[in-house]
Amino acid sequence: MEEAQKYVWEGAIPLQIHLHESEVTTLPTPPPALILAPRIGYLPLLVPQIKPHFSNALPPGSPDTVWFDYNGLPLKWYIPTGVLFDLLCAEPERPWNLTVHFRGYPSNILVPCEGEDSVKWGFINSLKEAAYIINGNCKNVMNMSQPDQVELWRSVLNGNLEAYVRISSKLKLGTVGDEYTDSGGQGQVKTGRVPVRLYVWSVSEDFDDLEDAPQIDSWDKISYINRPVEIHGEEGNYFTLQDAVKSILPEYFPNKSSTNEESSRDEDENEQKVPSEEGEKYLSENVESFYPSDNVEIKLVRIQGIEPKMEIPFSWVVKNLTNPEHYLHICVCLKVPQVL
Amino acid sequence: MGTKEEAQGTLSSTDFGVAASAFILNWNTICSSFPPWTWVLSHHQVEGYLSLENILLSSTQEEHGELSCPGPGKHSLQEDPIDVDDATLVHINPCKVHYYDLHIIYCNSYRVPVLYFRAYDSDGEPLEFDEIEKDLPAYSKKALSDSKWTFITQEEHPYLNRPWYKLHPCGTSEWMKLLFHADDALAKTGVAIELYLVAWLSVVGHVVGLRIPFEMMKQL
Repeated sequence: MEEAQKYVWEGAIPLQIHLHESEVTTLPTPPPALILAPRIGYLPLLVPQIKPHFSNALPPGSPDTVWFDYNGLPLKWYIPTGVLFDLLCAEPERPWNLTVHFRGYPSNILVPCEGEDSVKWGFINSLKEAAYIINGNCKNVMNMSQPDQVELWRSVLNGNLEAYVRISSKLKLGTVGDEYTDSGGQGQVKTGRVPVRLYVWSVSEDFDDLEDAPQIDSWDKISYINRPVEIHGEEGNYFTLQDAVKSILPEYFPNKSSTNEESSRDEDENEQKVPSEEGEKYLSENVESFYPSDNVEIKLVRIQGIEPKMEIPFSWVVKNLTNPEHYLHICVCLKVPQVL
Repeated sequence: MGTKEEAQGTLSSTDFGVAASAFILNWNTICSSFPPWTWVLSHHQVEGYLSLENILLSSTQEEHGELSCPGPGKHSLQEDPIDVDDATLVHINPCKVHYYDLHIIYCNSYRVPVLYFRAYDSDGEPLEFDEIEKDLPAYSKKALSDSKWTFITQEEHPYLNRPWYKLHPCGTSEWMKLLFHADDALAKTGVAIELYLVAWLSVVGHVVGLRIPFEMMKQL
């Protein structure tokens, strides 16, 4: 197995978890729990470690579902911990200070969570979706034997890469990443789709230091884009990370095929967001770029806590930095002109 | 819609836009007495979805028709205005009236539309799943309990950052394939894209007890 894959599986975020003040019933306040959270894991899976730490301080009565927040922002439990950290901490905070709640689950904002089972089903569903994207069907996942399913999940829970590789190779989820070779990408690269989840936040003002980056205080400030990257055979060898990110953000980086028409259009026309003809109204290919593309800048791209060079072959990224459910999670910060 | 996609029962994102446009025009023309579907733009005006909100599905619905009475300020989805008579209306318990918001959103992964919905009572309180289940036609309830893979789950709405219910898409392309192959004429005339959503909704809507007006179905 690849060295990089091992590092990804071993990656962890040091967390400092505080009990929410409204739930503290003892004096002195219980000290925070210090936990090393696997990057590829999920926050609810840490509850068995966290709960005993605070059980003495909790008010009587049976607790609600556990949930976490970062600076008041309720955390989406089905997003891998490493992705949450890369997304919400522009300047990495170590340890990462989170607040845990045993009551008052915000069910109007967060999808319900019943502990490990919910996380497991979310994981399997994502795996199904990834399989469909890669192979055009999810038969291999749907037909997994019960013992295999259990072992696959266990391997993720325990961070056991060897066990994981053993089971997941049966699923035949090879993608274009498998064609990458160190000799510079010689040989055929197959055409295909790669499962990618993009988390995009935009800023309109430049900042030099990540410390100065604006805080994300609401999920509405993040565009979650669940769109596969399409790779076409001939260009596969030269397809960079930058190409991949731009290809799934057509609203900021219009396709090459449409740029010829667009360059001859007026500045004024760029203000119009929707062409007037009824029939064409919903055709995304004809929609002009919301921003002229030379004004949009990719400020930051973070995957598994690293900021790869944008020229890196995308196939390398896919082969080495994907999560166990076969999705590549990419956090992107874009600098865009002021929105009127 | 390329022949390859047609053969697979899927459609591209662009085709979804075309299909949605055609669907809205048709629905709003043919079914003008029904509440209109609207197109909502998102993600900086490139992606969009179909929306039908505040529609009334009474919990006393039967399998072969819907009883519905318009609440104040709310839309009703009546099968045929002539069929609803006052005697029937009287028996509907206003406390059991359930309102639904339906969104049809394109899924890039499975390349098919997906139905997202949420339900609430007349006070605007969200309904629990067991109450929604009561609204479902009997065959759906059975499928839910039989299936190893739950096909209605609560997930986050792709754009609204809130939990909605979602009908799982992974079987969609299979039955859409069947629908289109069953009718050679449909494939040949090339109106497949325009009718995709009517066909799709006729099946999906059935699951949640939403009836497509007959006039729309006649086109298929």
